[in-house]
Amino acid sequence: MKIQGYGGNGWFITKMEQLINWGRSRSPWPLPYGTACCGIELMATMASGYDIARFGAERPSFSPRQADVLLEAGTITKKMTPVLKRIYDQMAEPKWVIAMGACACTGGVFRTYSTHQGIDSIIPVDIYIPGCPPRPEALLDGLVKLIHKIEKEHPLRKQAQALLQES
Amino acid sequence: MNLERRVRICLESNALSVEETAGDITVTVPAGRLVDSLMALKEHPDLKFDFLSDVIGIDNLDLFRKKKGKGKAAEEEPPEKKVKAPPPPRFEIVYLLLSLESSERLRVKIQVPENDMTVDSVTSIWRAASWPEREIYDLFGINFLGHPDLKRLLMWDGFKGHPLRKDYPLEGKGETRRLVYEQEKIR
Ligand code: SF4
Repeated sequence: MKIQGYGGNGWFITKMEQLINWGRSRSPWPLPYGTACCGIELMATMASGYDIARFGAERPSFSPRQADVLLEAGTITKKMTPVLKRIYDQMAEPKWVIAMGACACTGGVFRTYSTHQGIDSIIPVDIYIPGCPPRPEALLDGLVKLIHKIEKEHPLRKQAQALLQES
Repeated sequence: MNLERRVRICLESNALSVEETAGDITVTVPAGRLVDSLMALKEHPDLKFDFLSDVIGIDNLDLFRKKKGKGKAAEEEPPEKKVKAPPPPRFEIVYLLLSLESSERLRVKIQVPENDMTVDSVTSIWRAASWPEREIYDLFGINFLGHPDLKRLLMWDGFKGHPLRKDYPLEGKGETRRLVYEQEKIR
């Protein structure tokens, strides 16, 4: 999305929200959380062949505190659910979640005693990517969709409402 | 001398039965003499089964029910035979042995009845038995006497039930796990 505003020699006026969204959407640093076979496809997407860095997901954050997007790729067992929740809680706002693969979305083929049936009952999910495993193109498509979603957000809405109420 | 004869000589009366399936030999030993038998197989100069590949649990629930007289098979048998045959034990544990010297393999089987679910641990012979035994404890609920650290391996600590038992539903009994923070625990 092109930023709207007015500009001249050395100055530019736009909306604060647009500026924030522009920054956020162009650097969605992922936290790669590969727990099963989908993790392999995630690695392929991050490597030079597909090069996820083209979309600003330049640097995989292995610490949740510096990550923006939780890229959950793989089966989540019931034993693992507290770990996933803790990692999500540790991420700083703003944060988004991509559920990659049938397992992360719904439990996939593993309808058993040990597998959690879809991570969206533990943490909020922004983008679901179906497939077992999804191809790298699908993951990149999901990331682009997330970028569009970020661009439509209103990060200052809360502050604006607080200001309105004060005045 | 073929393997079967050497195993028979080594185990003597401990070999309850020796069977051959597709070239692999299975020997059943009494559960109470398990550690002695495995030690003998390991130390015997003609066998030297010095490597434990794996330990496997088996639940024979369907077989068990049939032989007990509930299934069709039991009805067809003559009545006197039905009375004489003892009910087969529900659980079995199989030890897969390998001799690194001769590359020969052997299966050693013990039977574990449902009313006595305690077996001697073989961790005193092979430390490698530790995790497979924990797995069997976790998924079948068989206890191992003398195991250094007998706790669940795959399921979490508070889990109830033993999922690989045949009477456990595939989709579980609705067990879930939830993250509990320290502050919540105090409250
Ligand atoms: S969706 Fe398929 S490829 Fe992905 S983790 Fe599940 S089983 Fe593996």
